Amino acid sequence: MAHAHTTTHVEKPKSWAGGTSPFGISYGKMMMWFFLISDAFTFSGLLTAYGFMRHKFTDVWPVAGDVFTHFPFYDGHIELAYVGLMTFILIMSSVTMVLAVEAGHRMNKNGVILWMALTIVGGFMFVGSQAWEWYHFIHGTEHGAYITKDNSVFHIVDAHGHMVKELKDGIGIKPANVHLVKGYEEHLIKGADAEKLIGESRWIQGANLQENEYGHSLFGDFFFFITGFHGFHVFSGVVINIIIFVNVLQGLYDKRGHYEMVEKVGLYWHFVDLVWVFVFTFFYLL
Amino acid sequence: MERDDIFEYSLHTHHTEEEGVGKRKKLWGVFWLLLVVTIVEVGLGLKFSRVPEMKSILFYTFIGLTIVKAAYIVLTFMHLGEESKFFKYIVLVPYIMFILYLVFISIAEANYNFYMDELFGWATRK
Repeated sequence: MAHAHTTTHVEKPKSWAGGTSPFGISYGKMMMWFFLISDAFTFSGLLTAYGFMRHKFTDVWPVAGDVFTHFPFYDGHIELAYVGLMTFILIMSSVTMVLAVEAGHRMNKNGVILWMALTIVGGFMFVGSQAWEWYHFIHGTEHGAYITKDNSVFHIVDAHGHMVKELKDGIGIKPANVHLVKGYEEHLIKGADAEKLIGESRWIQGANLQENEYGHSLFGDFFFFITGFHGFHVFSGVVINIIIFVNVLQGLYDKRGHYEMVEKVGLYWHFVDLVWVFVFTFFYLL
Repeated sequence: MERDDIFEYSLHTHHTEEEGVGKRKKLWGVFWLLLVVTIVEVGLGLKFSRVPEMKSILFYTFIGLTIVKAAYIVLTFMHLGEESKFFKYIVLVPYIMFILYLVFISIAEANYNFYMDELFGWATRK
């Protein structure tokens, strides 16, 4: 193997030999990623806790389709449409954000201004939608529910499988753990038993941190905390976007020679969209 | 004074107008994909969420589609796909390892919870 020493030495750039970053990325962007990882751990912890409790109380957990049925300017019940619209708004604002980043890579100031402005509008629309959703969740439905002293929630159901307020309008009462799917009728409590149960219960409407008309109180707690925490992220994202937007307008990044700040705030904004993808699945779809 | 011994990574991501056309096309493609997947999810939810036999199929379908959407957002919108190999690993590997553990431990603990419930008849079912 002596000839091995005689071959010419080829200079190959070494990633870890110093002088350059092995990650090929600027400090600020790397730190934004590390912050997002830690934030992702927080949301993962919250959603896992939600899954744990939902699994534990699976027979008293409400179905999202029974809870979120409202749509602006529409009186009837329509499941999933509103939250689908919210998801669309957030995905749309994610696209406008990434187009702002792309315009920044071409040093196109007007492009960055246009797309960032649209992103901020999308962010406000989303925060507003969430406020509307919270309003309806807290306000509750017309029929409400009955809650016993040991915190079991019951609904009164009529012959068409709709929930009603008064026992005289309905055919029986259904525990919140029984969902309005095929064969729910055999779980209904009827006649004197129903009247006795209603007599021992309290009528409640809407939701707060102690109780809600939809089912287990933890459902409301997790809803308020996780969507609230996410909404707060969206709100901070809008505020940071506005700050960066003002800097863009003033030509700061044009002078600096790169639009990396837009890219960094873009990373945060996409992360907010990413979290919503998971919240949408675990809260509304499953 | 300008220093020339520091590598300016911030300028590394610049591209020309011609390259931008292709990149924008790709971004809009991902947008349509995310939109279609979301519409499919909403459609499946509306059609099958009240069919008890579909419950477990829907569960895995929704989680699978969510991971597809998450991957497209992280790799394309957040440009992680274009970063260096080392950086991709340092972001994804610790996170995925931690999440797998978190999911494992919560399922294990949830089962333990049911076991304790059965054993002692805890008043935890309300």
